[in-house]
Amino acid sequence: MPQVTLTVNGKQHTVEVEGRTLLVELLREKLGLTGTHIGCDTSQCGACVVHVDGISVKSCTQLALQADGATITTIEGLAAADGTLHPMQEMFREHHALQCGFCTPGMVMTAIDLVESHPAGLSEKEIREGLEGNLCRCTGYHNIVKAIAAAHPLMHAKAAE
Amino acid sequence: MGFEGIGASVRRKEDVRFLSGKGNYTDDINRPGQLYAVIKRADRAHAKINRIDIAAASAAPGVVKVFVGEDMAAEGIGGLPCGWQIHNKDGSPMAEPPHPVIATGKVRHVGDPVAVVIATSKQEARNAAELLEIDYTDLPAVANLTDAVKPGAVEVHDGVAGNICYDWVIGDKAVVDGVFASAHKVVKLDLTNNRLIPNAMEPRVALGDFDTSSGDFTLYTTSQNPHVIRLLMGAFVLHIPENKLRVFAPDVGGGFGSKIYHYAEEAIVTWAAGKLRRPVKWTAERSESFMSDAHGRDHVSTAEMAIDNEGHFLGLRITTLANMGAYLSTFAPAVPTYLYATLLAGVYKTPVIYCNVKAVFTNTVPVDAYRGAGRPEATYLLERLVDVIAYETGIDKVELRRKNFIPADAFPYQTPVALQYDSGDYQTTLKVALKNADWDGFEARRAEAKKRGKLRGIGISTYLEACGIAPSAVVGSLGARAGLYEVAEIRVHPTGSVTVFTGTHSHGQGHETTLAQLVVDQLGVPFDQVEVVHGDTAKIPFGMGTYGSRSLAVGGSAMVKAMDKVIAKGKKIAAHLMEASVEDIEFKNNTFTVAGTDKSKTLTDISLAAYVPHNYPIEELEPGLDETAFYDPKNFTFPGGCHIAEVEIDPETGVVAMVNFTAVDDVGRVINPMIVEGQVQGGVAQGIGQALLEGCGYDADGQLTTGSFMDYTMPRANDIPNMSVATENTMCTHNPLGSKGCGEVGAIGSPPAVINAVVDALKDYGVRHLDMPATGAKLWSIIQAATPRMAAE
Repeated sequence: MPQVTLTVNGKQHTVEVEGRTLLVELLREKLGLTGTHIGCDTSQCGACVVHVDGISVKSCTQLALQADGATITTIEGLAAADGTLHPMQEMFREHHALQCGFCTPGMVMTAIDLVESHPAGLSEKEIREGLEGNLCRCTGYHNIVKAIAAAHPLMHAKAAE
Repeated sequence: MGFEGIGASVRRKEDVRFLSGKGNYTDDINRPGQLYAVIKRADRAHAKINRIDIAAASAAPGVVKVFVGEDMAAEGIGGLPCGWQIHNKDGSPMAEPPHPVIATGKVRHVGDPVAVVIATSKQEARNAAELLEIDYTDLPAVANLTDAVKPGAVEVHDGVAGNICYDWVIGDKAVVDGVFASAHKVVKLDLTNNRLIPNAMEPRVALGDFDTSSGDFTLYTTSQNPHVIRLLMGAFVLHIPENKLRVFAPDVGGGFGSKIYHYAEEAIVTWAAGKLRRPVKWTAERSESFMSDAHGRDHVSTAEMAIDNEGHFLGLRITTLANMGAYLSTFAPAVPTYLYATLLAGVYKTPVIYCNVKAVFTNTVPVDAYRGAGRPEATYLLERLVDVIAYETGIDKVELRRKNFIPADAFPYQTPVALQYDSGDYQTTLKVALKNADWDGFEARRAEAKKRGKLRGIGISTYLEACGIAPSAVVGSLGARAGLYEVAEIRVHPTGSVTVFTGTHSHGQGHETTLAQLVVDQLGVPFDQVEVVHGDTAKIPFGMGTYGSRSLAVGGSAMVKAMDKVIAKGKKIAAHLMEASVEDIEFKNNTFTVAGTDKSKTLTDISLAAYVPHNYPIEELEPGLDETAFYDPKNFTFPGGCHIAEVEIDPETGVVAMVNFTAVDDVGRVINPMIVEGQVQGGVAQGIGQALLEGCGYDADGQLTTGSFMDYTMPRANDIPNMSVATENTMCTHNPLGSKGCGEVGAIGSPPAVINAVVDALKDYGVRHLDMPATGAKLWSIIQAATPRMAAE
């Protein structure tokens, strides 16, 4: 079987995979990173979003082999070593932006990329449009939108430090 | 640390786990030596199975075993049971055809399990499933409700004439007909309630495990009610006694009703684990969810209201066809009867009501309760009918509602359809909603929209629902095959911290937080010293689970009762320690005090004494401080309120934009306002989805035409507006908390508000009614058809 070498949450792994293995399957089944979820089989729901080289990607749309040499961050890699939450995680908690928690990892990873790629600010409309690829069945999105808006200044203030 | 008791928007205990990727969902669990099951499903709606050739699949790499329906039948494995029996109007029981775990003889809907392939990896099982050769003889199929009841229609089950599961009535037809015969006016409306697919974001998973040394089975499953699954599967399907069967539903990623039911896959993996003496795991792909999770709604109704010359409602007459799908799911028969027809009084003092419901088998996925379950169907019918009455009589739609409301001083109020409402104040929720939505300013907003070329409309719904199910004796007399009490165990540990064991199940509702707040309130134990355990039959005494917005009203009440027992026992211990009489002991703020003195002991002093009983009334009292209570509710609870939707339609495309949504609900006592608001927001989003976007489709051959998120439109962030959500509460009078429930109100109140707004926006186009979902294509066609006529006028 072919090998893939990639860095996930700061740790390098070399793993043998079948050619058809998806990146999400590699993360969940080979590396035990079950925080990344599978909610559909048509790349519509966004529960599996991770960052590949800093960009949000639905990890069900990539073969594991395509991630060879890549640096990947999953939901497990966001908080600091001492457990301090990333501002986006903190704002999701503060604004009750999650209920069952299943879409949450993908939603948070998408939201971070959305905020990082819009340093000048995000309108409510832009946030809603930016969540186009992520489904949530619990919250009605209301509090997710609020959480992302609240995280924006925190993340950019932190980046400016 | 601030205030963390009842009424505080405490941030959730469960969130750090979910936000860090540390949730423990069923698919995250793997057992040593685990095998993987892939279910081969019918790709056609109705066919005779002539032969299944498993030879090639069985010989494929990695395959351990292939099972077909006959393998289970040969071991005496019965079908999946139905939990509710409805009786026909002539007193005979409903038709209850067998529901094989794996199909035998025939398949009856796309998605019906035909075989299961078990292999050492999922990929190998998948590959092998492709090698199964199934020889079918196709049979004509019927998917549509009205087609299924036509004379000569295809019969889904042999011996079920006309596909009628039951023909049920409530009310006195002769009396209602008499009222109609002499009424000033009768307003009639034909309408459908569109079929929905619940689509919790976590697909269903079942992992069966068998301990070869003890003979114990464990089922890990995505369930809203693990004890119910243990009872149904253990006692009625696999014949495993409760002491040998543990069912564990860990973190569950949304349910909305679809994870209440006992599903075939749970029985398959548990049974196969025993046969193969190895763990067997099945994980649904989303396309399987679409064709195997129970669907919701799917009614076709005719509603008529008799009114007097001032618009007072005199009588309501309804006939409904309700789709059951191909087999009876666990609670399906109860949904269009006792959760629907009994709600048809709504918030109105309509004196007489008659409703006839025919439940119908079709070659579709079974239909069962989905968020609201029967009550959204009743509310949609009623609130659309009220708007049509306003349309036809010219009476203002708010005024029409007001004059027919049950007044706030009429409670307890006995409806003509069995229920007795305990409390409510519909004028107040209406008044506050009109204010919050700036109802009076709407015509100015409509005029402004018109300048931009947009059609703006406003719609209202004043609704009521019944939840907190339910008194066991009452539901038993109505055909339930279970009691609907709830169970709580309160374990005060030696050092005074508390673990709550609840028979309810949290799959998004935040019970770990809300239920802990009840302990803060009643026992005065700090929030961070309270843990809530749910979902595991090995830990929790018993429970009926979470659905019907019952967790707080019923499960919370059981906790109150158990904590009352803790306090009562604690008083006896305190009396002994402080050498006082029990009658003189008071408990408040975590402290037992001898009345009128400064002598006191904390709960921790008492719990320590209870577990280290050196100085203890050991002759009269057992050691320990751990109390269990079963609470059987005295009545349903009756949340209600007013929802107002405001839409703008682009006449060029027909696309509806939801511009404002206002909800003012009466949910009784609120424990955590933040969580209540979140529940309402989520429910409203599902209601908007039903009204504008979602609709499950079957073609004439019974093929599912909405089998993925590419075809079934789920609401996305851009489809949902910012919402104004508020509560105006009256207390439930018959449970100790006063809570009514909030999980379903959003999905119940909102669909008619949205459609009423769409119809209002199209009022110049002569639209009296349109069926959900109000998609752009549908509205564009209506606008196009009407425009030449309008131009000609």
